[in-house]
Order: sequence, then structure tokens, then C-alpha cells
Amino acid sequence: MTENSYDYRIVRGFVFSALFWLIIGLIVGLWIAFEMFNPGLNLTPWLSFGRLRVVHTNGLGLGFGLAGIFAATYYILQKLTRTPIVFPRLARFHLYLFNIIIALAALSLFAGMSTTKEYAELEWPLDIAVVVMWVIFAVNVFASLIRRKEKQMYVSLWYIIAMTVTIAVLYIVNNLAVPVNFFKSYSLYAGVNDANVQWWYGHNIVGFIFTVPILAMFYYFLPVSSGLPLYSHRLSIISFWSLIFAYLWTGAHHLMLTPVPEWIQTVAIAFSIFLIAPSWGSVVNGYYTLQGNWDKMRSNYLIKFFILGITFYGLQTIQGPTQGLRTLNAFFHYTDWVIGHVHMGTMGWVTMTISASFYYMIPKISGRPLHSIKIANVHFWLILMGQLLWTVTMWIGGIQQGAMWKATDPDGSLTYNFLDSIASLYPYYQIRFAAGVVYFVGILLFAWNIFVTIRKSEK
Amino acid sequence: MEHFRDDQKIGKITSEPKKGGIAMGLYSKPLVFAVLSAVVILVGTIATVFIPMFMPSMHPVSDYVKPYTAVELEGRDIYIREGCNNCHTQTVRPLRTEVLRYGEYSKPEEFAYDRPFLWGSRRTGPDLNRLGGKYPDSWHYKHMESPQSMFEKSNMPPYAWMAERKLDTRYTVKKIAVLGYGYSEEEIAAQIADYKAKVTNPGYDSRASRDEVTPEALRGELTEMDAIIAYMQKLGRDVKQLEAQR
Repeated sequence: MTENSYDYRIVRGFVFSALFWLIIGLIVGLWIAFEMFNPGLNLTPWLSFGRLRVVHTNGLGLGFGLAGIFAATYYILQKLTRTPIVFPRLARFHLYLFNIIIALAALSLFAGMSTTKEYAELEWPLDIAVVVMWVIFAVNVFASLIRRKEKQMYVSLWYIIAMTVTIAVLYIVNNLAVPVNFFKSYSLYAGVNDANVQWWYGHNIVGFIFTVPILAMFYYFLPVSSGLPLYSHRLSIISFWSLIFAYLWTGAHHLMLTPVPEWIQTVAIAFSIFLIAPSWGSVVNGYYTLQGNWDKMRSNYLIKFFILGITFYGLQTIQGPTQGLRTLNAFFHYTDWVIGHVHMGTMGWVTMTISASFYYMIPKISGRPLHSIKIANVHFWLILMGQLLWTVTMWIGGIQQGAMWKATDPDGSLTYNFLDSIASLYPYYQIRFAAGVVYFVGILLFAWNIFVTIRKSEK
Repeated sequence: MEHFRDDQKIGKITSEPKKGGIAMGLYSKPLVFAVLSAVVILVGTIATVFIPMFMPSMHPVSDYVKPYTAVELEGRDIYIREGCNNCHTQTVRPLRTEVLRYGEYSKPEEFAYDRPFLWGSRRTGPDLNRLGGKYPDSWHYKHMESPQSMFEKSNMPPYAWMAERKLDTRYTVKKIAVLGYGYSEEEIAAQIADYKAKVTNPGYDSRASRDEVTPEALRGELTEMDAIIAYMQKLGRDVKQLEAQR
């Protein structure tokens, strides 16, 4: 099979989509970050925080995240199976349908059509479209795997298979609802049960979008961009199966000390702690892949994205289970600490890994070197600094607010009213906004770099 | 150059070294692999989500918890539409300072009629599960219109425009049928008419505040703000009534 018969247009299409939704999602993010200390920016109903926050999370999680995953999957799939995409026109339709769905998702969320279930806010007609899209994607994934010319499936393909299967189960089960009309439905589940289903979904949608396929990228692009073989296949096997087994038990750590049955909470804590092991299995595998070749952190601009990315993944997977512990959760939950936690994963691990994957793929598929490695390096440092300032600020703010909520006077009464606690956070919110601007500039450079590389190749 | 490295050479890096063992066949059978993955992810799912779904502890009911009235339900749907759950939780944890701040901690049966549940995940604003009856309606009218006029440092968005929108009750009957609250069409019409009569009555205790925020043309109608305030006054009220009886 020659290089030329691979379908790279679909990869490029999803790369463009990812960059577009990334920029839109970050603009919305900056807007709501400003609203947090200046409510004057809630200019109209559709610009109010309650509606915009879900545009931000869906735009980045589903728009940017999924598009990046689709781009990388269509690339990795062809390479590791040594088979061109089996149904290229179906893949093209997937690209169009995806962008239509995300655009309609953004518009409908702006309009307040939301189910409120986190990361599952879309109303039922869009849910059906998402399921159709996923089936179309899965058809190409499995067709390529069945027709593959490489006997063994490399570890990245396992993660892609696990994602394809699990997202389908999660999405369908959590979104079951009874329609009232075209724009409104009620969850099939009620109260405590609804909460339990939702956070089983909420936790695992993060797991199987922001962990599993990003690991697929990491396991493929780190070896190919460094030229170093993966440290241990045995470790990757153990990590994979124990990760996907344990993940599904842990959703209720989002429901600590709520009316959900206590045993479900406790089981979730136990499995969350266990999850540190398989998560670090991948971290260790990544680090040891570089053993003896750490100079590549300096000499190869891509390696530092991957290694910093997996480092944030490692920190994330220690922080997550820790804050799931009942006593610590009682302090941290509902504060900005958790917001900091999420953004270390998304701004650090996910975006760094997707960035470097794009930097690797785009020169490959356009046959020209990257426009500027210097710009890529500036991009790296800006998003690293932006993210660190962002998350550390939120952690400090979270600790402060948690402490103020808990503070009591000697007579046993509360020291602070609620407003004291929120007003004390405004300086942090201003720093967070500034950090977001730094990050955003880094992302603009990233998009520009990719864009110019592709444009040059077309001349 | 690094990025022009030949992928054929890379193939050696990523492909599995030849090894024996019983499990090795698995990594060359994609459909078997997919089925096995599905089984592996379903174990935890079945144990912690599917089986509990059919346990009574997931469907607690109690006589003291009443379903929402038609107007409260419409108010709840506005709460959902505006994404209030993004900043307000509705579950008080059994912690000393939390009970001090908000009131009695939340019980499972309170949420029997909540589809979806609205517990939230972040407290940019305070918890609302015990809000009902804490303030008079007049407080809410003023606060919804401009939170900053009451609390200068609040970062809550103002919702004055809710009082400029007539409440849409076209789907109320259908909604209540879907939710199975069991009210007849006449009961639903009566609930809406009663609430409208209450807030438009000259003797309504929050009349002055309501008139202040509501445009003249809508003062004789039910607005979205009326409904969301009705909903907020329902939150935790059943629990408080139970406590009062004791």
C-alpha cells in the first residue's frame, strides 16, 4: 500500500474543525471568566453565565476534543492497519454531520435548550444525531480493523476500540428521556437514581474522551515522533484492561455526601484509589520510553508537549482520587479547586497531546515541514504558563473558599456569610482571566502555525 | 529532519514484538476485542448503576413530599433553561457548618419528583435546597431584578427580563402528563388560575415589589419571574413543614 492511497483530507478536515471550535470555545471561556468578577457582561439572556457555561464546556469538550480525536483516529487507524479508510465518503459525511451537530448544539444551548445533565446537555433531537454520527464513525473504525494488513493491533487501537464501544453505552443510557416537544424532554430517571446515572456518565465521558483516546494518541505519537520504541507492551496491556475495568465504578465520587446510597459512594472511592495504578502505568511507560534519550526534550520540539502532557495526566490522576476521599471531598467539593483540577487535565494533558499530534500529522500529510518550530515552541510555553497560572490560582481560591465555608466563631456560629466567600475570590478570578488570555494567545499561535503550514502546501 | 521520518521504519517501533501466550490472539481479533471491552466496562456499570436502578433505595418516596404544581413546574423549567444549576447546588450535605448555613441536610425522598435532578456541582452561589420560605416573594422580585442592588458584591446575572416575559403554559398539560404527576387538565388550569389570582390580587403581600419589576402590560398576567419565584419558594418547603409538624 502506498502513502498516496491514504485518505488524509478527512484528517485535515477534522484538524480544521478542532481548531475552529477550540478558538470559539476559548472565547466563550474568556467571556464567562470575565463575568465571574464583572456580572455586567451578562448583557442578554443568551449571554448570561448559566447558558454560556454549557456552550463553553460542550464547545471545547465535544467540539474541540472530539474533532481532535476524530482527526487523530482517522490518521492512526490508517497507519496502524496499513489500510486506507474503507468508506471515505461516509467519513466525509461524518465530518459534515459533526460540524452541523456542534453548530446546532451551540445555538440550542445559547437559546437555553438544555437538559442540565453535565456534558449531556443537548436536547433529544441532537442526541439522536450524535448517536447516528457515532455509528458512522464506528463503521469506519471496525471496517478498517477487519480489513487491516497488520496482524497485531497496536495499543493505540485498543484504546480506540474501548472508546468507540463505551461512549455508545454511556451516551445512550444517560440521555434516555421522554420528549414533551421538539425542544424539551424530561429525563427517564428521577432524583437520586438520575444523579447516579448522570455521574456514572459524567465521570466516564471524561474518562473515555479526555483519557482513553488521548492515551491512544500518546501511545502512537510519542514513539513515532521520538523514534523510540514503547518501553513495555506488557505494562500497556495491564494498564489498559485495569483502566477500563476500574473507571466505570467511580462515578459516584462526584456525589460524595449527597443522598445517593452510601455504599455506592464508598465503592467509588475504593475504585478511584485503585485507578492511580493503571493511570500511572501509562505515565511510567511514557517516561521509560524516553530513558537514555531525555535530551530529546530539548532537541525535538514535540517531545516536551507529550512528556509535559503525560505529567499533567499523572498529576491529574493522583489529584482526582485524592479529592474523591470523603473527608477531603467535604472540604473541596463545590469550590473552585475542582475547576482547577478539570482544567489541568483539559488545558494541560488533553490540549498539549492534541497539539503535538497535530504538529506531527500536518507536516506528514501535507508533505511540507511545519511553518515554524519557533512559533510552536512559543505556543508550548504560553499554554504551559497560562495553564499553570490558571490552575494554581483556582486551587488557592478553592482552598480559601472551602476554609471560609467551614470557619466558625468560638460561639459555634458561622464566621463568614456566603457573599464574603465569593467576594474574596474576585482577585483570583481576575488572575484567572489574565492566565486565560495568555493561554488563548498560545492557542492562536498554534492555529496560525497549522493554518500556514497547510496553506503553503497547497501552493 | 525529525518530522520527515519514514513511517515504515516507525512501524517497527509500534508493532507488537512476537511473543507466545494464550492472550496474544486477542490482539489480532478486533471484534472479539470489542466484545470483551464491552463486557469489562459493563461489570462496574451493572454493579453500581443498573442493579441499583431496580433497588428501592434508588426510588424513595414519602407522603410528606408533594409533586410540583403546574406553576412551580414551569418555574423549574425556567431554572433549567437558564442553567441556574451551573452556579447553585440543591443538596445540603450532612456537615455541621453546612447544616448551620442552609438548614436540615437533604434526604433521598425529597427528589422523587425531580426529572432531571438539579443537585449541581459548583457553588458560585449558595445552595438552594432549603430556600423555600426563607425570604418573602418581594425579596425575590427585587433580587432577581438586580442582585447587585441588594448585594453590591454579588456576581449573579440580573434577570429583570424574566418579568417582561409572559409565562408560556402551552405545554404544561403535556409536561405533567409526561411526568405523571396525576393532575387533571382542570386541576392544572385551576393551579395556574389560582397562582395568577394570588400574585395579581391587590392584597398580595409582595405586590409593591412585583409591580416595580413587572411592566404595566403584564401586571395582570403570570410572568416567567412569577413562576421561577413560585419554584424557589417550593424548594425544601415539604421538609420544613414536616419539621414544623413535629
